[in-house]
Amino acid sequence: MATAEKYVGGGVPRKEDPKLITGQGQFLEGLTLPGMLHAALVRSPHGSARINSVDVSAAAAAEGVVAAYSGADLADEWAAGLPMAWPVTDDIRIPDHWPVAQDVARYVGDAVAVVVATSRNAALDAAELVEVDYDVLEAVVDVEAAVADGAPRVHESFDDNKSYTWALTNGEVDEAFAKADVVVKERYTQPRLIPNAMEPRAVVAQPVPSTGDFTVWSTTQIPHVAKVLFALTLGIPESQIRVIAPSDVGGGFGSKLNVYAEEALCIALARRLGKPVKWVAGRSEGYLATIHGRDQVQEIEIAATSDGDILGYRVHILAAMGAYLQLVAPGVPLLGAFLYCGCYGGEAYHFECTGVFTNTTPTDAYRGAGRPEATYAIERAIDSLAREVGVDPAEIRRRNFLPAGDMVQSPGGLAFDSADYEPALDRALELLDYDGFRGDQAERREGGGSRQIGVGFSSYVEICGLAPSQVLASLKYAAGGWDAATVRMLPTGKAEVVTGSSPHGQGHVTSWSQIAADALGIPYEDVTVLHGDTHVAPHGMNTYGSRSLAVAGVAVHNACDRVVDKARGLAAHLLEVAPEDLEYEAGTFSVKGVPDRTKSMPELAFAAWTAHSLPEDSEPGLEASCVYDPPNFTFPFGTHVAVVEVDTETGAVDLVRYIAVDDCGPVINPVIVDGQVHGGVAQGIAAALYEEATYAEDGTLETSSMVNYLVPSAAEFPSFETDRTVTPSTSNPMGVKGIGEAGTIGSAPAVINAIVDALSHLGVTDVPMPASPERVWRAIQAANGGEA
Amino acid sequence: MIPASFDYERASSLDEALSLLAAGGEDARPLAGGHSLLPLMRLRLARPSLLVDIGGLDELRGVHDDGDSVTIGALTTHHEVAGAAALTGGSGLIAKVAGGIGDPQVRHRGTLGGSVAHADPASDLPAALLALDAEVTLAGPGGTRSVAAADFFIGPFMSAADDGEIVTGVRVPKQEGWGSAYQKFQRRAQDWAIVGVAAVVNWTDSGIAGAAIGLTNMGGTPLRARAVEAALTGTSEKAQILEAVSKVSELETPPADENASSEYRLHLAQVLIARAVAEAAGCPGMQR
Ligand SMILES: Cc1cc2nc3c(=O)[nH]c(=O)nc-3n(C[C@H](O)[C@H](O)[C@H](O)COP(=O)(O)OP(=O)(O)OC[C@H]3O[C@@H](n4cnc5c(N)ncnc54)[C@H](O)[C@@H]3O)c2cc1C
Repeated sequence: MATAEKYVGGGVPRKEDPKLITGQGQFLEGLTLPGMLHAALVRSPHGSARINSVDVSAAAAAEGVVAAYSGADLADEWAAGLPMAWPVTDDIRIPDHWPVAQDVARYVGDAVAVVVATSRNAALDAAELVEVDYDVLEAVVDVEAAVADGAPRVHESFDDNKSYTWALTNGEVDEAFAKADVVVKERYTQPRLIPNAMEPRAVVAQPVPSTGDFTVWSTTQIPHVAKVLFALTLGIPESQIRVIAPSDVGGGFGSKLNVYAEEALCIALARRLGKPVKWVAGRSEGYLATIHGRDQVQEIEIAATSDGDILGYRVHILAAMGAYLQLVAPGVPLLGAFLYCGCYGGEAYHFECTGVFTNTTPTDAYRGAGRPEATYAIERAIDSLAREVGVDPAEIRRRNFLPAGDMVQSPGGLAFDSADYEPALDRALELLDYDGFRGDQAERREGGGSRQIGVGFSSYVEICGLAPSQVLASLKYAAGGWDAATVRMLPTGKAEVVTGSSPHGQGHVTSWSQIAADALGIPYEDVTVLHGDTHVAPHGMNTYGSRSLAVAGVAVHNACDRVVDKARGLAAHLLEVAPEDLEYEAGTFSVKGVPDRTKSMPELAFAAWTAHSLPEDSEPGLEASCVYDPPNFTFPFGTHVAVVEVDTETGAVDLVRYIAVDDCGPVINPVIVDGQVHGGVAQGIAAALYEEATYAEDGTLETSSMVNYLVPSAAEFPSFETDRTVTPSTSNPMGVKGIGEAGTIGSAPAVINAIVDALSHLGVTDVPMPASPERVWRAIQAANGGEA
Repeated sequence: MIPASFDYERASSLDEALSLLAAGGEDARPLAGGHSLLPLMRLRLARPSLLVDIGGLDELRGVHDDGDSVTIGALTTHHEVAGAAALTGGSGLIAKVAGGIGDPQVRHRGTLGGSVAHADPASDLPAALLALDAEVTLAGPGGTRSVAAADFFIGPFMSAADDGEIVTGVRVPKQEGWGSAYQKFQRRAQDWAIVGVAAVVNWTDSGIAGAAIGLTNMGGTPLRARAVEAALTGTSEKAQILEAVSKVSELETPPADENASSEYRLHLAQVLIARAVAEAAGCPGMQR
């Protein structure tokens, strides 16, 4: 592109922020429609229970109540169960999943009845009056217990609790292990995590009974995908459903990348009652009824030479699916399946994963989805290998890095674009002052005090921007990898960008404005970005998996190029020269050699609108669209470093420094990229040190609120130190890669490796996540020969 | 979540508050800062029929220097207590403790009286009041009375205050010449203590002449570690202190929850008592 870049790469302030900071955000809870009713759900308090009867009569008679229904009452509303779009194997077991359970409730929080009233209060009060008679059954909440012989079955119709087993083998794995000098074998648990978007979920469904049309507002990351799936679930023609993700959706992290019971239910109730129906989750209700993440047990083996050169990998994981299969849950482990070799070489690779039903809230994609788990396993295990062969942890990574280059073949089977892993490691070590750190550490150890320090590394590579669509087909993913944009010049010289992405905090309005402003040569303030409404943006695959910039952003870029192309024809016509005789720079076409004969983009926009004089075969208007299906994934990478101080008397861990050197290719907005890294890193550290959802044996979620599900705040973190290397991707014309999940993917193993490093002189080799003070203390006791 | 419905009255005097409570019966509750009560109501774990807002009763607010002791009104916020100049000597403990409760928002809304009346074994101030042998003052339909902190906390969320009684404040002996420290162990900055140790120590040239230790979250009520106190008296060296703190195991087995097993709590208590005593003694040689 010939334009000078003015905005791209600069840290323009986010357009989204003023209204959020001043309380003018428009969130779904604030939406009120005439005649609107409110739904409250009655949820099972049991991990597993047969529903004998549901008596809604007292609730139905309560003040303000319009209707109350059991699951059976609503059975004829569903054309299909809640959708699952990633059947990873041919023989995967897919259970029926009704928005309101009809015969068996399979987790604490499974909806069993719904009350609709004229106010939210009345609905909540009346929900307490619904009487459900249960036969409580034995529950199973732990993945390993669920696959043991004789485990209670989550779904009676299946012989056991396994949903599927998916495997991948590259090279001669047994051979690689047979010739290895060293094999390290580690077992890790990925705690179950609860995504905590600032805004809980909400939905409003508005019917037009006379036409059969529905407008559905939902706090969703995927309005376009949801529209298709609502149509299938409810048997409503897709053409009669309009889905709107409000302009402000307060975060998702994957938790709003789904089609939920309450969305389908509000549409069904609106259809039945002919009135708009709203549901808003409470925080604790969300903890039960919104997907969880992680919850895997991993076994990883690395075969290596005595120098620490890796020969092969063997990985077996059990992945909890929860009680049902949510939208893409079975595929989550597959997103990590290719990455248990990290950014390292080797000749052979085997990965095998079994998806397991448990009587728990269903899991699904949570920030990083599959990749944090994979990165954790390899980055922890490579430290074990380093210890085993007596090589420094930074050095063992360097020794095993894949060579720099493009389309570098990884043992996992993927070809990584833009690989160049050493510079990020070097930069991280430089920021750390590695030698200085080891000196300080030795001094502390000699001093023998109760505050010991450690450093941990994590060199990650991840995959995002899932594409192209044909490859997704081979993985049995039932959606495309493309996204869409329309760019139109308005008559007054402003521009409108319509995007298929659905931002919910990422700052697409800002970034897309930067891209379009540079391409069209107009001020950044003059670009409006429209999103999230299927009537405004007809096409989209929406926002998840760090895909938006690398797919939808590139679509914006390409659509802008097409607008400029059309503008060139019009400028040539008006200036009475051939298009090739024009130069384009910063929004202005000028005749080569006659620089004062020009047409600016706003002039051309007006001329295209009046259409008084157009080139032959040209239509009025200055607008173009692009649907972009990238040729490959993008593979961001980087090295993260954590420095911790551990109180060996109490086990308390203080994170002292955190350094993140990431490579997401060229940066559109460094402020936004830093923001994504900071938030992502905070979420990864949260997993390493604080967050863990736990269930009692009977299926009760013990961590039912933020009092005991420990979401950290800014007070728990040091100021993060971020830096970047820039290696452009070859998968798209902008060279961009995703950055939304990298922080979460890279951070947890760095923190745990640092804790182990701080305590290694005491003989500690592992501390489970989250590294609570008691767990750290116990690891120290165990290493001392005490009881674990 | 949204609380179940309730009535609300705002009292303009202590007498009015008492009669509103009396009229409201056993399901009527005073509302002070609301930072314990409202979260419980939102979870529908508390369902008072009537809230009597006592937030406007200025007569119950403020810190008064009475010479040997300090009186703190029930409605004094944690923030105000943290900055109170009258809290000198051992009583400075109260200010230190109040300054570490929750986060700034909590400290600007939450009140001393609310913390005391709520009688949460994980709350910080009760252990400090216990260590200082403070008195809790109460007003009720039958008049006023005062109860020693040691007799006030009788179980988890249970106190010696009767239904319809209002905590009007606490009286804390200054204990001039004593040093104090609060060691609070928590996972996140704004969390309740997994274990908290409130210590006041009279450190003299010949070592510890007296010590009082209050424990947070080591039982169903705040506890005094009296065996430890006795063993500490007369000690002056770190090794002796470490020996003395082991006596904490003479208390009843501490509770276990998702943050800590009983065994770990007991271990923490020993580490934290040693640290608190060293800090309160103001003797750097005794610190870790
Ligand atoms: C996020 C958060 C973090 C917190 N962290 C901590 C912490 O780290 N440590 C800690 O100790 N506390 C903590 N708290 C609790 C806080 O200190 C509360 O302010 C305090 O426990 C109660 O005071 P209140 O004025 O808010 O009482 P309210 O919530 O108004 O009342 C609490 C109870 O006491 C009764 N009550 C109130 N005042 C009186 C009175 N004068 N007489 C009789 N009964 C009365 C009420 O009826 C109610 O039953 C935290 C609270 C929150 C929300």
